[in-house]
Amino acid sequence: MADGIITLTSANFDETVKSATTPIVVDFWAEWCGPCKAIAPVLTEIAKEQAGVVTIAKLNVDDYGDIAQRFGVMSIPTLLVFNNGEMKKKMVGAKGKTQLLAEIAEFIPKKN
Amino acid sequence: MSSTNIHEVIIIGSGPAGLTAAIYTARANLAPLVIEGEPSSTSDQPGGQLMLTTDVENYPGFPEGVMGPELMLKFREQAARFNTTFITEKVTKVDFSARPFKVWVRDELHQAKSVIVSTGAQSLMLGLENEKRFYGHGLSSCATCDGFFFKGQEIIVVGGGDSAIEEATFLTKFATKVTLVVRRDVLRASKIMQQRAMNNPKIEIRWNSQVTELFGQEKLSGVGLIDTVTGEKSKLDVTGLFVAIGHRPNTDLFKGILDMEDSGYLKTKPGSSYTNIAGVFACGDVQDHTYRQAITAAGSGCMAAIDCERWLESQH
Repeated sequence: MADGIITLTSANFDETVKSATTPIVVDFWAEWCGPCKAIAPVLTEIAKEQAGVVTIAKLNVDDYGDIAQRFGVMSIPTLLVFNNGEMKKKMVGAKGKTQLLAEIAEFIPKKN
Repeated sequence: MSSTNIHEVIIIGSGPAGLTAAIYTARANLAPLVIEGEPSSTSDQPGGQLMLTTDVENYPGFPEGVMGPELMLKFREQAARFNTTFITEKVTKVDFSARPFKVWVRDELHQAKSVIVSTGAQSLMLGLENEKRFYGHGLSSCATCDGFFFKGQEIIVVGGGDSAIEEATFLTKFATKVTLVVRRDVLRASKIMQQRAMNNPKIEIRWNSQVTELFGQEKLSGVGLIDTVTGEKSKLDVTGLFVAIGHRPNTDLFKGILDMEDSGYLKTKPGSSYTNIAGVFACGDVQDHTYRQAITAAGSGCMAAIDCERWLESQH
C-alpha cells in the first residue's frame, strides 16, 4: 500500500470493495496508457488529502482483465466509485484534480 | 488566492510550441509561467496531441523514433531545468484589454507583461447524435489507451490522414480487422503511411464512405455507412470506432479578443507570431492549419519566444 493507494487484484477485489469503511475509488489503468500516467499524481494527492474519507485503489487491466470485463471497462483510465460494496459511479477518461474532486464530492461526508 | 507578482511572460498551453517557447524564454531569464492544462483523454491536455501517439518517427534527432509522451516529458524537463514554473490547470478566462494582461485559473488571477498562446488543437468528433453515449463503450478518442480492449474484434477507424493510418496500423496489433472509412477516393496521408495501410493485410479501406449512424444498446455493435458517390446505405458490424478526421483549434477562450479566422485558427502577422494585440503572441497548431507538425510547432514556439523577448526589451 504505497502512497496510501491500495493495489487490487482478482483475488482481493471483492473483499476489499465490500469491507471498505469509506467510499472507494478504483482506477483501472495500464502501463501503456498515457492519460493514466497523467492522472496518477492527481490520485496520489487525493489519497493523501482525503485519507480516511475516501480510499483510492488501482487495478491493472493488463493483469486483471477479468475484473475490467466484469464492469464493462473498455476505455482507460476509467474510475469506478464503490460505496457500501456497490458500484455507484463510472467515470471514463482522465480529468484534472478540481474536476475529479467535484465528481466524487457527493460521496464525501460533509465536515461540520 | 491571487498573486500580485507580475510575470514577464505567461505561456498558455504545453505542447511542442508552448514548451519550446518556455525553453527559450526561460533561457532569456524571463522565468516563464506555463499554465499547462489538465489531464484529459483527448489531445487537450498537458503535452498536447503527442500524448496520445506512440512512435514518432519524423522528429529530428531520434533516429530510432521516440514515443510521443516520452518526447513531451523531455521537452518539459528541459523547460523546467531553466526556471520555468508550471500550473497543471486550465485557464478559465483572459483579459488582454489592458496591461498587465490578466489570466485566470478559476478565481486565481495571474498577471503578465506578455502572453504566448499555444493552446493547440483537438480532435474533431463525428458530431453524431448518440456519439457521447458510446464514449467509453466502443467509441474512443485514444487508440493507444483503448486498443487493448478490442483484442480479436473488428473495428473501424474514420479518416484518411496520417493520424488515421497511424491509429489503424497500431490497432491491427489487437483487432482482427480494421476498416478504414475514407470520405473521398484518395488518402490525404503521406506516401509512406499510405503504403503502410495498403500493405497491411488487416486493414481494409472503404472509399467514398461516411459514418452516419451508431448502433448498439449498452455497447457499440455497428455503424451505418453511406456511400458519398452513390448515396447507397449499408451497415457494418463493429465493436470499436476510432475517429481521426481532423482538428479544431482550442481558441474558445480568445473569442472576441484575438483575431481569428472563421475556422477558429488565430491570425498572426505573416512571418511572425504577433497577434492583433501587442504583447500577445501565438504559436503552434492554434495558428497553423497548414503544417501541424511537432517540429513546426516547436519552431514557431521559438519564434514566439524571440518575438516576445524583443518586444519586452522594446518596452523599456
